[in-house]
Amino acid sequence: MSVLVGGDTRLLVQGITGSEGTFHTLRNRDYGTKVVAGVTPGKAGQQVDGIPVFDTVADAVGETGANTSMVFVPPRFAAEAILEAADAGVGLVVAITEGIPVKDMAQVHSFLKGTTTRLVGPNCPGVITPGVANVGIIPGEVCLPGRVGFVSRSGTLVYQIVYELTSKGIGQSTCIGMGGDPVHGVGFIEALRLFEDDPDTDLIILTGEIGGDDEERAAAFIDGDVSKPVVAYIAGFEAPPGKRMGHAGAIVTGSTGTAAAKAAALEAAGVEVARTPSQVAHIVAGRLRR
Amino acid sequence: MDLFEHMGKDLFRAHAIATPRGIVATTPDEAGLATVELGGRSVVKVQVQVGGRGRGGGVVLVDSPERAVEEAERMFGAAFKDHTVTQVLVEELLPIAREFYTSMVLDRSTGSYLAMMTAEGGVDIETLAVEHPGELRRVHVDPGLGLRAWHVRQLTSVLPLDAREGVGDVLRKMWGLVLEADATLVEINPLVQLDDGSVVALDAKVTIDDNAMFRHADIEALASQFPIDPVEQRARDADLQYVKLDGEVGIIGNGAGLVMSTLDVVAQAGGRAANFLDIGGGASADTMSTSLEVILSDPAVKAVFINIFGGITRCDVVANGILEALSRVEATVPLVVRLDGTNADEGRAILAVASHPKIVPVATMDEAAAEAARVAGAEA
Repeated sequence: MSVLVGGDTRLLVQGITGSEGTFHTLRNRDYGTKVVAGVTPGKAGQQVDGIPVFDTVADAVGETGANTSMVFVPPRFAAEAILEAADAGVGLVVAITEGIPVKDMAQVHSFLKGTTTRLVGPNCPGVITPGVANVGIIPGEVCLPGRVGFVSRSGTLVYQIVYELTSKGIGQSTCIGMGGDPVHGVGFIEALRLFEDDPDTDLIILTGEIGGDDEERAAAFIDGDVSKPVVAYIAGFEAPPGKRMGHAGAIVTGSTGTAAAKAAALEAAGVEVARTPSQVAHIVAGRLRR
Repeated sequence: MDLFEHMGKDLFRAHAIATPRGIVATTPDEAGLATVELGGRSVVKVQVQVGGRGRGGGVVLVDSPERAVEEAERMFGAAFKDHTVTQVLVEELLPIAREFYTSMVLDRSTGSYLAMMTAEGGVDIETLAVEHPGELRRVHVDPGLGLRAWHVRQLTSVLPLDAREGVGDVLRKMWGLVLEADATLVEINPLVQLDDGSVVALDAKVTIDDNAMFRHADIEALASQFPIDPVEQRARDADLQYVKLDGEVGIIGNGAGLVMSTLDVVAQAGGRAANFLDIGGGASADTMSTSLEVILSDPAVKAVFINIFGGITRCDVVANGILEALSRVEATVPLVVRLDGTNADEGRAILAVASHPKIVPVATMDEAAAEAARVAGAEA
């Protein structure tokens, strides 16, 4: 078992013919993901290493039964791509694209409320269920199948921490990179709910960063609705207010969104908060021995 | 991108929201002449990308051109909250009857927009929201449905009856601006009603989404008016995600989260980061040498911490990239290098064989942070 992606994932890739799109599509397929289709408008009938390309998502879904889409479309067209996938009934859309205007994402957010489509991202590294399926750009070689669920706003912190877990022989059920944009799809609360309900996840790691109140709301949810142990890490204690730290959403605005407030909220909810990324793996190892 | 007040007001006028007559001055003499033009009295306002100008002496009423020159001299003479002042806005004085507050802001928690209104102008909205939440009207606006008549009625219901129509008209125009200009914040504080009943935006605080600049070449061009640190300018020219900080340990890392985390770990080790610099996915020799040039051009930097996690980019490639960068850029301070992840052993071996005199290879992030902090402290 796993969450979001697994053995029943049938992946289509929007923007498959771009260089990044092709590169990661083939990496995902090499990892074991069932990649069934690609979409690039105007390129129907072509193939990418044997993967059929369609003009529209609706055509691709109709012909191949794709149930998951990965979006590698450039920022100015990416919101349209997500809307198209949702309208075609795709159940999960993983948007890797960085730099989508937030107004476009707010409109997508509004549209998705009336659909059954779940969005991960944008500006995210994707989702991996180690040993089974990889949808996105997480380096599968650092992962190990196991029973720790992981959700993170930052991609590289996932890689770093997963690498340390794997080095200690601690495997992962599913790793979700939810992305660094202010308006995004699946957040901490939805990921926590998925992991809480997943019989093959024993412990959940949550890594957050400055900006917004996702971590504070996650803390309230953990307090009331999560029975499994949660270990957290927050980046950005040294970030000055008003400066965007790489990610579009990573900015302390006035007095809100500070790392200290997020760590305090999580600790108040009984979550052990690591001080450094390396400490996360140590704490998890200790928790799992108990 | 946070706009100067006068840029925000240009957008307001383009959307038919009334503003006072104003003239931008870049010297004290220009401020004096502008005051003459406006009838001998004016308000002089510093133009900076930071709030709190009213309480901080950044907004001053003057009753003569000479006083305008004096105040402008004072404003140009010193930084305002660490922001260099290169422009002031000189505006006409208006007969104000009442002051209100209104704003529309992207609300990331709900993925919609939040519109707010109070009947009191010039307030600090964060304080008011905590101390007198009842006086603040808040409505969420779904970008799919847009600003509806009931939103406007709800917001203006806190205002005197004779102000509601004029303010409602401004709200509809603000919403048009939010959508058309990709604004993530439009705040008017105060929005005033004049003695003749008309409604005028006395201030303008506007933020435009950086991701949407491809739709707004005209707004993007305004950025050249903002004073910028020369090191930041250099990083921007090279398309690097760079933020200058005021410590002594230069930081290069891959991935925003990892770099933020690096700043924290250096601080825990007793050092202070001189910058945030994310080189993203590729750690090519080109990116690495530009990053080193940028960081080493900051005289405060006493040590550099290169913190790389190899994922799809392998650490042996990164190690060779660092060495090649050092054949192009002279390292004037020690470089503490930590490589981890895919092919980390191969990468470390490459650095060991090269045994470059300025490279200090360290195995873990925590140890590397401690070493960088120690070296920077010893060099200072």
